[in-house]
Amino acid sequence: MNKLKKITSYRLFLPLVCLAFVLLLNVIKTPSFFQISVNNGVLYGYVIDVINRASELVILAVGMTLVVAASGGTDISVGAVSALSGAVCCCVLSGGEQSTNEYHAPYILGVLVAVLVGLVCGAWNGFLVAKMRIQPMVATLILFTAGRGIAQLITDGQMIYVRVEHFKQLGAFIKGIPLPTPVFVAVIVVILTTLLLKKTALGLYIETVGINAKAARLVGLNSVMIQFLTYAFCGLCSGIAGLIITSRVYSIDANNAGLNMELDAILAVALGGNSLGGGKFSLLGSVIGAYTIQALTTTLYAMSVPADQIPVYKAIVVVIIVSLQSPELMRMWKNFKNRIGAGKKVA
Amino acid sequence: MKRKVLSALLSVAMVATMLVGCGSSSEPAAAPAEEAAPAEEAAPAEEAAPAEEAAPAEAADGDLIVVGYAQVGAESDWRTANTESFKSTFTEENGYQLIFDDAQQKQENQIKAIRSFIQQEVDYIVVAPVVETGWETVLEEAKEAGIPVILSDRMMDVSDDSLYTCWVGGNFVKEGQDAAKWLADKLEADGRGDEEINIVTLQGTIGASAQVGRTEGFAEGMQDNWNMLAMQTGEFTQSKGQEVMESFLKQYDDIDVVVCENDNMAFGAIDAIKAAGKTCGPEGDIIIISFDAVSAAFDSMIAGDMNASFECNPLHGPRVAEIIQKLEAGESVDKVQYVDEAYFDTTMDLKAIQAERLY
Repeated sequence: MNKLKKITSYRLFLPLVCLAFVLLLNVIKTPSFFQISVNNGVLYGYVIDVINRASELVILAVGMTLVVAASGGTDISVGAVSALSGAVCCCVLSGGEQSTNEYHAPYILGVLVAVLVGLVCGAWNGFLVAKMRIQPMVATLILFTAGRGIAQLITDGQMIYVRVEHFKQLGAFIKGIPLPTPVFVAVIVVILTTLLLKKTALGLYIETVGINAKAARLVGLNSVMIQFLTYAFCGLCSGIAGLIITSRVYSIDANNAGLNMELDAILAVALGGNSLGGGKFSLLGSVIGAYTIQALTTTLYAMSVPADQIPVYKAIVVVIIVSLQSPELMRMWKNFKNRIGAGKKVA
Repeated sequence: MKRKVLSALLSVAMVATMLVGCGSSSEPAAAPAEEAAPAEEAAPAEEAAPAEEAAPAEAADGDLIVVGYAQVGAESDWRTANTESFKSTFTEENGYQLIFDDAQQKQENQIKAIRSFIQQEVDYIVVAPVVETGWETVLEEAKEAGIPVILSDRMMDVSDDSLYTCWVGGNFVKEGQDAAKWLADKLEADGRGDEEINIVTLQGTIGASAQVGRTEGFAEGMQDNWNMLAMQTGEFTQSKGQEVMESFLKQYDDIDVVVCENDNMAFGAIDAIKAAGKTCGPEGDIIIISFDAVSAAFDSMIAGDMNASFECNPLHGPRVAEIIQKLEAGESVDKVQYVDEAYFDTTMDLKAIQAERLY
């Protein structure tokens, strides 16, 4: 009994239960979901699809977690910033042409510029939120609307193709490695961020600022700086995600790249058991949340749910998952159990 | 700018009159300009007047036919060609002023654009609706303002079809039927006419006319020995098309035909098929049928990845201009106006056709 309590009180218990819940749907409906085979020298299966396709979301969720923790607000510009980074990257590499078969600039330059654009956008958000004290949603709304507009300006409203095999590697496979590249990028981002938070006091600082920015300042923390850094980091993550999105389709579609991903990223943070009010956070929880969302999407494909019904099923599952984690519901359940127990005693 | 030049010239003309025709100072104000005109070679009044009678549209600023176009967004090459067609047709030389709005795939942006067109008192509104439903209110507003609304490409689902003047676009149902017919002929020619054929469909954004029409048209042409395994939306984008195709390939081992409701999804599907170690195209195992026939689709067919693409002609501009001219002349127009469409497959001389096409 004690052991059970210990497990259930473990922070990541509920997010993991939720992921298991989604996977359980597959055990019942489509057992082939868990088959993994080697095909063409690479691993092949639904599970691989899930961890592959979730990569961008994982990266965005990492950035979003820190933003939520430090400021108690969300960055709703991540999708647009991804599109913007991707657009800049493609433009640099294609030399402004609409479709190119060779790099017009060194690949590394394209990558650096994309990441830099993400960082600058994040810094702008951070400046507005931390320094100007504008509400996070309002501050990031600016880039949410303008980001795609700027991306359209850069691409001239066209889709830009970079048809170079090397460019596709980031979003597909590197020869000789059986797992898709995005998986590695996501894992590296998660590990580096975890190290950064755990090996330095930064994680603790972020939580402190998130719980009470004023008190944090009084104990000598530069709250403004820490909030600013989280937004800048979130922008950086968006830039990396933008690179993967672009590489997958070796082109940039400023309208559709990363569309609605900000919402999924926020959902991932929430599914990970993090409070959207800021303060204590679990990075791993958000990562699990991100995989849960993708697992759900892939599951619905695997179960051949008609396209027009997919949003309904998604909504139902999200409602179940979120209520599973609601402390209020737990209390209600406990009260209900007590009342029944008391009723039995009286009788 | 034009107005400034005009006023400058007018004042020059007035000064000239004062110098030349001092004697006629008692005449009404309009007269001096007339008199001065022959003296001043560059004076616009004389030159502009005959032109105005000949082609009303080509006159000064105020006489341009103002057309507001609420475009969906730059979702694909097709859309880009469509936008270009409007921009090159509705030029000031042709007597139009085009106000272009890119809605970035959002209906609320389009509604906003239409409202702003109404406020700007444009002469005609052209809309390529993102989705079919939810347009009644804003169309009523346009009707009250007395502005004819022409739909381009996609249809609107409104209770009262007098809310819009007409619709211009491709016949999506016919495209679907043509695709099914092409497939039947192709299978017959390959000697697979009686075989069981497994088909999957990558649908467009659910509810879009192209999705509804093509799905319906293809379904009408389904043969008894054809088996539609699954349909799923790829939202008309390459990345979603790729993701959904990946899933199809895992679900079904024996897919014979993939029907993609636009070219971009087909590109994604082809990538997914290749990644799974299967082959597609005329030489491969899986037949790829696509719609739109954009330039990149020709590249794909030439490369041997795609079998056929059914054109959805994006060059609506000239057709819409034709309709507007009819309306200007007070004629009535048909409610539904199709543009001419064809299809292309790998048996044709694709390179020559591609070179001739504008998109």
